[in-house]
Amino acid sequence: MENFEIDRVDRSEVSILRLKGFLDAHTAPNFEQAIQNLIEESRYKIIISMTELNYISSAGLGVFMGFIEEIREKNGDIKLSNMTDKVYKVFDLLGFPALYQIFKEEAEAEQEYSKK
Amino acid sequence: MTVKNQKYRLKIPSVTENLQMIRNFVLKIATKAGFDEETREQIALAVDEACTNVIKHAHHHDAKRLMDIEIRTDASKMKIIITDQGRGFDITKLQKPDIEKYIKEARHGGLGIYLIKTLMDEVNYEFNPGVKNQVELTKYISKPATT
Repeated sequence: MENFEIDRVDRSEVSILRLKGFLDAHTAPNFEQAIQNLIEESRYKIIISMTELNYISSAGLGVFMGFIEEIREKNGDIKLSNMTDKVYKVFDLLGFPALYQIFKEEAEAEQEYSKK
Repeated sequence: MTVKNQKYRLKIPSVTENLQMIRNFVLKIATKAGFDEETREQIALAVDEACTNVIKHAHHHDAKRLMDIEIRTDASKMKIIITDQGRGFDITKLQKPDIEKYIKEARHGGLGIYLIKTLMDEVNYEFNPGVKNQVELTKYISKPATT
């Protein structure tokens, strides 16, 4: 039984990964693979959208951290959007808001990418 | 109303696919014990992190090795005792992780113990490498008044 899903949407240079379900140590490798795939395709402008993400543990947070340096070196970023309060609290506990841009809506994150 | 002390136990193979089941087990008991939704979720996350550590670092994903999760509740608190049979690490030596350093090193994980300590009221760790390690997590229904 898989309780985690990722939908990918590519819009011009930006790729949006929409996470659904439960992101824990069991499902984090799927998320890791999805980001790895984007890097292999040289798609570094990434938005992680979390409207339907019910749960995140540190294994999921580790994936965000594991790739960010490499992606920023390529002039890309991982921007976060559509977090529920519950998921935001976990990010906040570990100080992520200081290091990642967080948006209410995907569109705002997309706009940020088109600013340059 | 008198609330009787309750005790629950789950012995479960050390594989990550069981994390969801473990969280559900913890959530149900926390609901019965009278915790609000936010606190229930904090407890479930802390237990997930502790079990993930056992699965990865003590039992090395070996499904034949069982984790023993015991939960005790009374009118004032919920206590979760997780016992493994493998290598341990000293929780007292861990500080708040330096997120920027972690990013620089592209290091995965290592945040779980910080979360456990932040989410729970008390964390006690006892370790006896190679024999068994035990982590005891406690959450009070309403935090005890500081004296």
